[in-house]
Amino acid sequence: MGQMHSRMKLATLAALAALMALFAPVSAIAQDGAAPAVTAAEAGQVDGAQTAPGAEALPGNIAPANADAAQTEGAYTPMAPTKGKGMPTDPRTGESGAMMKSLTFQDQYSVDGEYALWMHDWILLPVITFISLLVLGLLLYVVVRFNRGTNPVASKTTHNTMIEVVWTIVPVIILVIIAVPSITLLARQYEVPPEDAVTIKATGYQWYWGYTYPDHGEIEVVSNMLSDADAIANGEPAQLAVDNRMVVPAGVPLRIQTTAADVIHAFAVPSLWFKMDAVPGRLNEKILTIKEPGVYYGQCSELCGSRHAYMPIAVEALPPEQFAAWVRAQGGTMPGEEEAVIEAPAAEEAPAEQVAALTAR
Amino acid sequence: MATTAEGFDVHSDHSHDAHDHADHKPGFFARWFMSTNHKDIGTMYLIFAIIAGIIGGAISGIMRVELAEPGIQYLTWWAEFMGGGSDLNTALHMWNVFITAHGLIMVFFMVMPAMIGGFGNWFVPLMIGAPDMAFPRMNNVSFWLTVAGFFSLLFSLFVPGGSGPGAGTGWTVYAPLSTSGSVGPAVDFAIFSLHLAGAGSILGATNFITTIFNMRAPGMTLHKMPLFVWSVLVTAFLLLLALPVLAAAITMLLTDRNFGTTFFDPAGGGDPVLYQHLFWFFGHPEVYIMILPGFGMISQIVATFSRKPVFGYLGMAYAMVAIGVVGFIVWAHHMYTVGLDVNTKMYFTAATMVIAVPTGVKIFSWIATMWGGSVEFKSPMVWALGFIFLFTVGGVTGVVLANGGIDVNLHDTYYVVAHFHYVLSMGAVFSLFAGFYYWFPKMSGRMHSELLSHLHFWTFFIGVNVIFFPQHFLGMQGMPRRYPDYPDAFTFWHEISTYGYYIMAGSMVFFFVNIGYALVAGRKAGANPWGEGATTLEWTLPSPPPYHQFETLPVITDAHDYHDHRPATA
Repeated sequence: MGQMHSRMKLATLAALAALMALFAPVSAIAQDGAAPAVTAAEAGQVDGAQTAPGAEALPGNIAPANADAAQTEGAYTPMAPTKGKGMPTDPRTGESGAMMKSLTFQDQYSVDGEYALWMHDWILLPVITFISLLVLGLLLYVVVRFNRGTNPVASKTTHNTMIEVVWTIVPVIILVIIAVPSITLLARQYEVPPEDAVTIKATGYQWYWGYTYPDHGEIEVVSNMLSDADAIANGEPAQLAVDNRMVVPAGVPLRIQTTAADVIHAFAVPSLWFKMDAVPGRLNEKILTIKEPGVYYGQCSELCGSRHAYMPIAVEALPPEQFAAWVRAQGGTMPGEEEAVIEAPAAEEAPAEQVAALTAR
Repeated sequence: MATTAEGFDVHSDHSHDAHDHADHKPGFFARWFMSTNHKDIGTMYLIFAIIAGIIGGAISGIMRVELAEPGIQYLTWWAEFMGGGSDLNTALHMWNVFITAHGLIMVFFMVMPAMIGGFGNWFVPLMIGAPDMAFPRMNNVSFWLTVAGFFSLLFSLFVPGGSGPGAGTGWTVYAPLSTSGSVGPAVDFAIFSLHLAGAGSILGATNFITTIFNMRAPGMTLHKMPLFVWSVLVTAFLLLLALPVLAAAITMLLTDRNFGTTFFDPAGGGDPVLYQHLFWFFGHPEVYIMILPGFGMISQIVATFSRKPVFGYLGMAYAMVAIGVVGFIVWAHHMYTVGLDVNTKMYFTAATMVIAVPTGVKIFSWIATMWGGSVEFKSPMVWALGFIFLFTVGGVTGVVLANGGIDVNLHDTYYVVAHFHYVLSMGAVFSLFAGFYYWFPKMSGRMHSELLSHLHFWTFFIGVNVIFFPQHFLGMQGMPRRYPDYPDAFTFWHEISTYGYYIMAGSMVFFFVNIGYALVAGRKAGANPWGEGATTLEWTLPSPPPYHQFETLPVITDAHDYHDHRPATA
């Protein structure tokens, strides 16, 4: 337990360090974004005995944990969601900024989500706005300047090689500028999770989600949508609230795997910039690091039959200690807890091989 | 060609002069049910597309009204109306049936028949100076196969399809929802509908390719062809190469459903993702099939009303060829979340963005055509201007979606819905209305009302933007596609979107009143109502053109370069 704990703390610290490294040179779009998180992966593999100094500062490093959760070892109370976090914003509330918030992406709480949102807001959105306004401006100019009244005799110009070359080359340059951060983002999303990443397998059923924790014993969470009345009574958004959430640790890399039992579903959480299809006969896998504790809602995003709209996803990210408490409350075990004799990485090798066999990559 | 046609014309002995012969029409049944005349078949395609468009548009109305507020309001009623149960599952199934029917009808039975079957049939032979299509009887078979396909799709709405009547698979018909996930014959009929419509389109495509390659008037080289003909040529190749892949994929669905094969069933070694690859190998060229003829029409219209030849003709023609070619190698950008590996996703991201380049060439060339021109804002031209702007808006959101890492959050959300309605409901449909107002006087011999056309344009323009622009917001906030119900937070923009639908639906009144007015009381149209800018061959013929045209083929002399397609004598 102790060994595992410090290992996780170390990984968390490394992930936080990677995060800081990520945001510092945010303007340098050409920088190889994969580098910092590789450090995280390597750090995660460092032997647990090399405890990083100041590892106990971890909980403080993680942003505001939920106040009313009052969680102690062994006791788990579902966290109350924070308004405007991990859920869509209703523009009708009249609160200042609600309207503006409803026009764009939800605030991002995952490492990759921050980068993707930055790329959208600072590269894509300005470029597409400029191009749309340029075309609109040119059209309006033509309408005013070259109509039958102002320009009765049309010119007969049909070619201008220079301008044709320019309007071919300039878009190519713009697209290359877009492609650089785009490829970087893809590389980040496809980083291989470190060996000690917490694995959660999400299985799509018609019409609910099941979550299992292969490294944490026999935990199986069946997650159904709450009725509107129950959701509102709980202080949660209707049609997003579920009876049993997918509980994960915050601040450490997660290995999310998806599959489905019947038809294709898709596991999607907008505030974490995460969406992955759950396909029968396949096991998809992707890294996810949630920056801070909170409740993050999502919905099934691949048409899966009549109740497609009624199988929401609720991810509850807890500080690692509270996650461990939750695991024990569910009757599970933290890796290395019971069978300290067996090296935890070795125990993980078998599922990792399975994954390799089952997925394309 | 004319000689051959004469040999089959049993009535030719009744004709006493060439003009009478050219205008001699068979009796009603022979003319409309056994038609071999490209203009009659074109007219039938247009009428068919309008009827299908009314049905598909009404379905979108049912959906928008349901989405005006959260909760299930009207679906239960519709489920009972369509002969299903009154329980919630059937009501929710009806929603999936509506989205499926709306998509399939608009793609296969509205846009494609109108663009290729309707305007393609009518104007490709006229523009290249041909007496008719190369295979007139096959042309007739194409049309009736499309009609049969439509009836098969409508029939599917009334037979069991899982939790209720109709096929609720989405227009993409993804396995395994469409195989083990949908019990009952509805999906089989929907698939058969695609087989029929697809076969009709393949026959039509071969007909267009043969016609354009072999029946151009003497002197009309490929590089002198009007851009609309170029666009139909490229489209025909896309149809010919893409549709057989769809046919294969949906045939495998049928055998998976009915004959125990497991092409897409992992339990038997199959793969559901294989279906998606096959579908989108067809599906992506399909979206260019829907927009390329529109590009061609916009080029003709912009040149006509600017009184100026198209700027950069060769660039425009080969931009369409480039879009067609690249359109075949970008399909997996529809599948960014299925679990592709990183290199595949990087490739498809890069390849998809490449398409923006030829598309940009076209947008800028249209503007350059108007630049220095003498632009007249007749009804076709305002629709063309609306097209250029709105297609640009739809195009740039396509660049956003092309990025595999960004698409992760937007895939299957309303952002995608907004994107493809900007390029289709505003791109393809605006070009259809532009083409309709451009050629209506030629086809009917009557002028429509400019006032009603302009009212139609402005109300439609406002309506569709109010419907679809807020859907970008919904998508970015996370609202998934194909949902009949949603969390409260999405209510505001859904409500606005539904108001937009009412405006758009109201605007269609102007359209239908305009057609009625023109046919009953419209001014007679001359051969060329649009003035000196209209230089293609159809404007050298009377309006409407004689039943058989160009019995003496027009000759395009070398003196005419590709900026002016009229014969020397005109």
